[in-house]
Amino acid sequence: MTRLLKKLGAWGAVLPLLGYCAIALGFPVWAILWEGLHQTNPTTQQTTVTFANLTASWHGIYLTGLLTSLRLSLLSSVISAVVGLFAAYAISQSRGRYFKQAVLTASGVLANFGGIPLAFCFIATIGTGGVFLSWIQDVWPSFSLETFSGVALVYPYFLVPLMVLTTLPALDGLREQWKEASANLGGTSRQYWRHVGGPLLLPAALGGFVLCFGSAFAAYATAKALTSGTVPLVTTQIANILSGNVIAGEDNLGMALAFNTIIICGLMMAVYLPLRKRSAKWLES
Amino acid sequence: MTTISETESAAAVTTPARDRRGLGLRRVRWWRVVVLGVLAVYFLVPLASTFWFTVYTPGTHTFSLAPYGQMFSAQGFGTSVRMTVEIALVTIVILYLLLVPAMIAVQLRLPKLKPVLESLAMVPLVLSPVALVVGVQTVLGWGLDQDPGTPLFQLAADLQNQSFPLILPIVYVVIALPFAYRSLESGLRSVDLKTLVEASRGLGASWPVTIWRAVLPNLRSGLLSGAILTLALVFGEYTISSILQFLPFSVWIVQDGQGATSGQLAPAVSLLSLLLSWAVLFLVSFLGGRRAVGRPDRSS
Repeated sequence: MTRLLKKLGAWGAVLPLLGYCAIALGFPVWAILWEGLHQTNPTTQQTTVTFANLTASWHGIYLTGLLTSLRLSLLSSVISAVVGLFAAYAISQSRGRYFKQAVLTASGVLANFGGIPLAFCFIATIGTGGVFLSWIQDVWPSFSLETFSGVALVYPYFLVPLMVLTTLPALDGLREQWKEASANLGGTSRQYWRHVGGPLLLPAALGGFVLCFGSAFAAYATAKALTSGTVPLVTTQIANILSGNVIAGEDNLGMALAFNTIIICGLMMAVYLPLRKRSAKWLES
Repeated sequence: MTTISETESAAAVTTPARDRRGLGLRRVRWWRVVVLGVLAVYFLVPLASTFWFTVYTPGTHTFSLAPYGQMFSAQGFGTSVRMTVEIALVTIVILYLLLVPAMIAVQLRLPKLKPVLESLAMVPLVLSPVALVVGVQTVLGWGLDQDPGTPLFQLAADLQNQSFPLILPIVYVVIALPFAYRSLESGLRSVDLKTLVEASRGLGASWPVTIWRAVLPNLRSGLLSGAILTLALVFGEYTISSILQFLPFSVWIVQDGQGATSGQLAPAVSLLSLLLSWAVLFLVSFLGGRRAVGRPDRSS
């Protein structure tokens, strides 16, 4: 009886959070879905169910935007995941307590640092009239910050810290004893990584990559401030439609585009969660 | 450094197995320097050039730290900062009122729910703020479509009050969830919550007293860093507030703050807030005492 009461009390503490998320996340998502599937006729004011918005969001410039977004996220997240993994390993191996704390807290702040301020930083560095633009153009003559490659160069600034934050716990969880055990059995460093460390890290590393990808895909303000819309991305297109730069009667197209990004977010989570579960099994104890 | 390699080469003569490990270790050190060096350049150079940009005027070849002083007297600075601080405080309060009890309950009684909570805290990281704000705007629009005077219309109108838009903290709670969760989680890991609660309850303390006097003081480092991350997030958040057409600090600095000083003001402010939040976060991370620091941080 007391056990039941205790359980009930615990549920009472968890339910407000779940309820809040259901309302604050679920309501807007439902609204997007509902509006995306409906269209109001401007003359008769009649609302009908239609797939026209969704179909339109998969064609023409919107398809280009979606594909560019996917390409940009893939490129920047692959770079960030590889670099971030090596960085996290280098940090986890360091003995300096202050250094480690400094890097960890800096990662927390930088993973959050995006949007206009980040764009400012890079424009001041390698934008038009930036301090180091001539240096970059010496090795890469056609480089410009306002292009696809320019944006791909900026995104790792918040993705690498995110990767460090997500993989460092797993790297810290790799016990020194496992390495010693492998060495005592005659294993080389390569064999250790191939058969022990690698498989243990893989889920966490892939999970971090998925998070980087999702976060790059979701970014809006950074790309907008850098390119002012010259690189078509799905997020900037949504914002454009919202601010009224559309042909009349396409109001609900923005909903359909937003709906697409939610589907992709859902796919990301569907890949991430099983990976998370697998890495947790070994490394949390 | 020389002594280490000397002992290693001495050991190599006697045991070949040690030799291989020693080589591995030295190779690790070498690329560690390269990786960390390249990253240091990538992360520090943009900040340094931003600083250079804010203090140096190319036309007159003059240096001045004036933009760092000017921000406080700029038109609209006070209003937008006050509004943003209020929004941030409300966000932090709602966030912790929801998150702290839930995480303690899950840790103590409902460990099966932990994956649910953890994945919930991941969703906002991949959900595009633009998509979220489209949905929020639609929901608010539905409210305003009601007849004026009805409770739903009033609610939608109140949520969008220009001087204090309550809708912003409501959405920010969701956005800040991953970062607050992560900070609290690492705080919880460095405390033996079960023993703490059992001891307090065994001595006759009620639940609220236990939480307030025994649990929360032990979590203060995690709570503080979560609060600072949330504060930094609210100060930097642009997408949602600009699309909903409110004027907190981040939007003001882009719209109004630029005219005054040839664009040097805005980068100065963002640079300052970045460094400040990092410095405070760094100091706070040592607040947890020896236990929290001595253990490797295993927040996930």
